[in-house]
Order: sequence, then C-alpha cells, then structure tokens
Amino acid sequence: MSSRPDPRTPNPAPLSSVAPRAPQRKRFASNAGFIALALPLAVFLAFIVYMFVYLLANGAPMLSWRFLTQPPQNGMTEGGILPCIVGTVMVTFVSLVFSIPVGIFAGIYLSEYAPDNILTRLIRSSIRSLAGIPSIVYGLFGVALFVAALRLGLSILASGLTLGLMNLPWIISTAEESITAIPSSFREGALALGTTKWEAIRHNVLPFAFPGILTGVLLALARTMGETAPILFTGVTYFTRELPHSLLGKFMALPYHLFALTTQHDQVMKVRPIAFGTALVLLALVLAFDAVAFAIRMRLAGANKWQV
Amino acid sequence: MNDTKIAIEKLNLWFSANHVLKDVSLNIPPNAVTAIMGPSGCGKSTLLRCLNRMNDLVLDARITGRILIDGRDIFGPDTDVIELRKRVGMVFQKPNPFPKSIYENITFGPRIHKMGGPDEIQALVERTLRAANLWNEVKDRLPDNAFSLSGGQQQRLCLARALSVSPEIILLDEPASALDPASTARLEELVVQLKQQYTIVIVTHNMQQAARVSDYCAFLMLGELVERGPTAQVFTKPSDKRTEDFLAGKFG
Repeated sequence: MSSRPDPRTPNPAPLSSVAPRAPQRKRFASNAGFIALALPLAVFLAFIVYMFVYLLANGAPMLSWRFLTQPPQNGMTEGGILPCIVGTVMVTFVSLVFSIPVGIFAGIYLSEYAPDNILTRLIRSSIRSLAGIPSIVYGLFGVALFVAALRLGLSILASGLTLGLMNLPWIISTAEESITAIPSSFREGALALGTTKWEAIRHNVLPFAFPGILTGVLLALARTMGETAPILFTGVTYFTRELPHSLLGKFMALPYHLFALTTQHDQVMKVRPIAFGTALVLLALVLAFDAVAFAIRMRLAGANKWQV
Repeated sequence: MNDTKIAIEKLNLWFSANHVLKDVSLNIPPNAVTAIMGPSGCGKSTLLRCLNRMNDLVLDARITGRILIDGRDIFGPDTDVIELRKRVGMVFQKPNPFPKSIYENITFGPRIHKMGGPDEIQALVERTLRAANLWNEVKDRLPDNAFSLSGGQQQRLCLARALSVSPEIILLDEPASALDPASTARLEELVVQLKQQYTIVIVTHNMQQAARVSDYCAFLMLGELVERGPTAQVFTKPSDKRTEDFLAGKFG
C-alpha cells in the first residue's frame, strides 16, 4: 500500500497472485445473494400454492349449479350460497359507485389543481394514513354515520357506503400517483395548442393514466369483496330466506357467511364443506375481476407505447 | 425594423427570488426568422415561453413589463390565453408527440377547437403534414402510433401539429437539440421555408444554427439582452464585447 508501483513495470507481481482467488469469492457471494433473494419468494410461492390446492381440494367437490343458484336450506346445512353471492356483488357495486367517481376526482384535484402547501401536504398524508386504518374502525364509523345519523338502518346501502369510504384513500392515492406519472410534456403540448387545462387533462392525461387508476380500483374491489368487519356492523345478516329486493334491506355476504359457518354454526363440522365452497367462490370472484383488469391493462399498455 | 409583429418592452421575470429576465426589450418583425441565442441558463427559453404565456404554469413566476403582439398587450386583462396560444404555436426542445396515431396528433387541436367538419380536417392533416415536409414519409401510415417515427420525424410532426390550429407565430425552443445532423438540416430548411407565412422565433444555443436560419438575432446573457440586430451584422460586427466572445466560442 505504502510503496507506489513502478510505472515502468506493466504488471506488478502481487496483483496477479491475488487475481485467481477473487472471482471464486465473487461467485460465491453472488450465489449466496441469489439464494437469499430467491428463497423468500420460493417460500411465499409454496404457501400460495398450498393454499390454493387445499382450498380446491376441499371446496371443489361442493361446487355445482345448485350450490351457486340455491339459498341455504335446512339450517344452512344444505343448499347453496346464492344470497351471499348476490349480497356481496351488490354491496361491492354500491361501494364502487360511491368511491370511484369521488376517488378519481379527488385524485385529479390533488395531482393537477391543488397548490403545494402545508394544507395539501397534510391532506395527502392524512389520506395515506386513512388507508391504514383497521377496517373495523370504518365499520364503527359506518354505524354512527350511515346507519344512525343518516338513518339508512342496517342495509346494503349503509354497508356499501362504509366500504366505499374505506376504499376511498386507496383509490385517491393510486389515481393521484398514476396521473402524476404522466409526462408533463403531454400537458404542455396540449396547452400550447390552446386547450384549457381541463381539456388537456381530459384528453391527454386521463386516458393514459387510466390503466393505473384501474389497478387501484381493482385492488380496492378485491379488498371490498373480502371485507367482513365493516359490513358486520352495518347490514350483513346471518341468514335471510330471500334475495335482497331493495338497497335498504339486510343481506348475506360471502365473507360473513364463511365466518358464520366456520365459527357460529351449531354444527360446524357438518357445514365445513360448504364453508370451503364459499371460500372458493369468493376467491374465484376476486380472481375473475383481477383477470378482467389484467386483460384491460395489457390491451391499454399495448396502445400506450410511451411507457416502453 | 419599423415593421413589428411582437414588441417586448422592458420585460422582467422572476421565479421566486430569482431574477431571470432583466429589462429585456426586443422587436420581432413579421415573416422573418428571429433567433434568440445565448449560453445555457441565460433565460432564452424562459423569454420564449413568455410569448405564449407558458410561464403562467409556473406558480411562483412574476412578470413586469409588456409584450405586444400586433399592438395588443398579451398580459392585458382582455387577452384570452387560449386564443393567444392558438395564435402563437410552440415546438418544444424534446419532441413531444402525443401517444396517439400520427393522424390524431394533427387533429387533436382542431377537434378541440371544433375547426370544421371531417372533410376539412382531413384536408388539414394533409396540408399541415405537407407544410412540415412530412407528408411523403407518413401518408401511408397515418394510423400508426406517432412514437414509431424517428426523432426528426417526430419533431416535424410536432411542428405540423403546431400549424394545425393556424397560428401566426411559431416559437421553436431549441427544436434540433435532440436531433442528429441530417434531421437538423431538414428541420432548418423547413424553418426557412415557413417564414413566408409565419413569424418565427427560434431559441438556440448553437450559433451556427442561428447564422444559418435567422434573419435577425438577439443575444441574451444572464437574463440581459446584450445585442440585437440583423443576423449578418451581429455576426460580423458585434457591438458588444460579450457577443464577440460568445461568437468566438469563448463560452457557451
């Protein structure tokens, strides 16, 4: 270290004696690194695969046309889960009707119009924090606001709005982020042609932010379908003989049905297969929506070449 | 220069506390190419973006002084920014075609401004693409995504797009800085052609480019307008030592 190599010697001896060992050590380090990174993924995948196989093995035998189109019968030990499917779809629909427009417009406002000051920064971080609030707290809030104060009672509407409120921070954040990610040259190009700010956003920003926004909506949707706590307080019920015929009625839902069959039923072991069937249907519904979103995203991503 | 299209009078601009343009006064004649040159960061792009009020988008920008286009103050209360930007088209430093088809890139502005029916818009696409010397290269692939074009073609498409809303003035913000020499040459040729019909202001840090395309030029340094005049005169007999140094390549 202390003696400088003689510039006239092209290849100093000590270096060459060290050289052969270095690649080996490097190779080991790189292999170890690869394993350290790949192993957690493998463990994670193993869990997922196991869960799927287990669910399929236990739930698939239950699946039949009858199971999907009949209400529960004989004290929920027989029959199907139609009211639960209908209830879950309706409550999810209500939540999205509320949270999609509000969330997207709020996202547009935050990314394009809101000035950057302490107030808006506070609002932004509040929205991020809201996304992390336990869903049962939303449930409690839903009881207070929708069920009691707005007199919606225990109903699909109250549950749907509660779920929508819970979704809102997720939809706002992803909408804002995907809009901000659109290059400012798209906006400037449009403005330079004499469009108004809204025209530039409407025609030259939103269409390209759409795949990102859709992802946010779909993630919210998947979460909504599986949530139990917010609907538990606001409208879901253990059993109804009929399908809901208004938004102001109580309803059955897949996740709560699953919970009821697994822990509240007096013949838990007997209804276990129905519980697995219910879980499988819930999962299939979520995955079906994810698949639709994925397909839309792929098509749109093909059209938006600037992303590549 | 008694014939004036754009008159900039004692223009000052600040971004927050940063004094970017200092007492700039400049007359820009119609149907000619005026080049604004100067070293990087001298404020030449900012000056250009004042002419179509693109600096309005910068929140903490503050402006004093006047810019008159055809004798009317563009910062005046009776000026509609939308109208102004239709009259004053702009081509940006980096080609920024919209991620749409070549056809839709041209029709975007006219559609929003509802400039005529389908037939007129069809004719306009051909006319503007021809004006931008691009028609022969793209006429068979109008539905293709604009991003499939080369950089030089994209920039000419952006120019055609700027022409689509029938401007009187075209602002070019270092339009060739991202282009190869061949594309640059084609673009410069086009600029010279277009001055028949339009008033052109081009910003460049490349003085050879300014010499090749412009009739008049102005030299901006650290926000101050150091020199202005007919290009031939500025290049051969600069009146200011700083211009001379710049032209001699001492900085830039």
